[in-house]
Amino acid sequence: MNPFSYQRAATPDAALHAITARGAKFLGGGTNLVDLMKYGVETPTTLIDVTHITSTEITSAPNGITTIGAGVRNSDLANHQIIRTNYPLLSHALLSGASAQLRNMATTGGNLLQRTRCYYFSDTAFSQCNKRTPGSGCAAMRGFNRIHAILGASESCIATNPSDMSVALAALNATIRVQGPKGKRAIPIADFHRLPGTTPNIDTNLKPDELITAVELPAPRFAKNSFYVKVRDRQSYAFALVSVAAGLELDGNTIKSAGLALGGVAHKPWRSAEAEKALIGSPATPETFRKASELAVAGAQPHAHNAFKIELAKQSIVRALTLAAQGVQA
Amino acid sequence: MSTPLCTSEEELLEQNPTPAEIEISRRTFVKAAGILGAGVATGIPTLASAQDAQDAAATTPHTVNLTLKINGKSYALTALDTRTSLLDALREDLNLTGSKKGCDHGQCGACTVLVDGRRVNSCLTLAVAAEGAEITTIEGLAQGDVLHPVQAAFVEHDAFQCGYCTPGQICSTVALIEEHKKGTLSTVSFETGQTVNPQLTDNEIRERMSGNICRCAAYPNIVAAVRAAAMGVRV
Repeated sequence: MNPFSYQRAATPDAALHAITARGAKFLGGGTNLVDLMKYGVETPTTLIDVTHITSTEITSAPNGITTIGAGVRNSDLANHQIIRTNYPLLSHALLSGASAQLRNMATTGGNLLQRTRCYYFSDTAFSQCNKRTPGSGCAAMRGFNRIHAILGASESCIATNPSDMSVALAALNATIRVQGPKGKRAIPIADFHRLPGTTPNIDTNLKPDELITAVELPAPRFAKNSFYVKVRDRQSYAFALVSVAAGLELDGNTIKSAGLALGGVAHKPWRSAEAEKALIGSPATPETFRKASELAVAGAQPHAHNAFKIELAKQSIVRALTLAAQGVQA
Repeated sequence: MSTPLCTSEEELLEQNPTPAEIEISRRTFVKAAGILGAGVATGIPTLASAQDAQDAAATTPHTVNLTLKINGKSYALTALDTRTSLLDALREDLNLTGSKKGCDHGQCGACTVLVDGRRVNSCLTLAVAAEGAEITTIEGLAQGDVLHPVQAAFVEHDAFQCGYCTPGQICSTVALIEEHKKGTLSTVSFETGQTVNPQLTDNEIRERMSGNICRCAAYPNIVAAVRAAAMGVRV
């Protein structure tokens, strides 16, 4: 690990000033950043600990909008009464990820910035990785790519985003609140993470000098009917091969509105507007769900070892929507 | 706990020393073995070590003075490299070697300690970031010679084989029981539909303990120990 100086920011402004130093990075729970520093993938020269200045509050406004402080730990978020009652999909997704220990450490803001678990990225013994070393090539493309992307990938990078939380946030249509030197702005979750294109080294549209301050959830629609399906190589404590966050707003048996996002299949949480459109106004039946699943993976491009993900994604979508329609106990 | 879990250690010493002597002997042996291993490794020049040397020359370590509160006591650390994990500070600087280093990447749970009562991976926690927090390690659970109920349950149920992951398993269990008392959920709670004060079934225990890997696969007995400790069964 390269040496670094450590400082605890006293105020958000102080943090925003400190981040302008060359090689500076914000430190949240450290579960991903410190890990990648040990591997020599991340090499910050200054760490600015923001866990003491980012909000750890979760509040609900009268209009139903819920605001989650960026410093809220994943375990606290998953178990907060507002989230459990109004957004059980988010609780379910969070609790499907990592371990109790890691969820106790990881923050909301940090989880949004989790980097890929592509082994060619985290192992510096592989010289080719456009995400780690732009222009070096992609070892996964002709390597062992069972865990890699089937949607939205490019010639430069076929890595996937590993977050479970972000998949639920995509289905819930969250907004990310950030603060930078030019003030505050809001980024819809759909625009927060990027597809790899020719610059897979840039994961998100957050600027290097911006700090995530909060995540906003719109008034709840899927409190009664949502489910998170996560398919992985072992039953617990593993990253998703495919995951599905499904939320339905039902009027009788008719779908009034829907949120559907996939994890483990793309460089960002994969949300299909076509699939959601097909669900809205349709009856909550297996036929409807199957049609939506076909639309959700339209244009999928498998690589040598991950063609199974297309069928797995379709079946997981049908399962998630079916269980969502059955309803969850809050 | 300074009592060894493995009888082979006693056999190695071929005598009946006090537990404290065993602990010192084992530490000395392990440290000597580590130094030997490092010597062998440095004897072979590699690309990686050349790169490491370059990196080290490019920048110098940053050091800090800090105080850590561990098991109710304050420990001053001077000129600590900021890169030091909480785990390394405990083991290498403070001689609190109960917390174990398994993977050093947050994947095995052997390093689990409690920070402000919450279980965390001390290998991914920077020591400097833990300043100000109340840290509890395996050494802080027993009251003198009286084992913590979770420790007692692990002994009673023979919930280990080699014992290496056990301090992490026990710290994790202590936190699990508190979390469950508060009504926290797991992903299993959603799958079973038990999303209000879920019962601590064996499936719940397995899911909630999944951050602690046991290479000996003593899982059935670990689940039994966790179940017994959670139910407050006195042994």
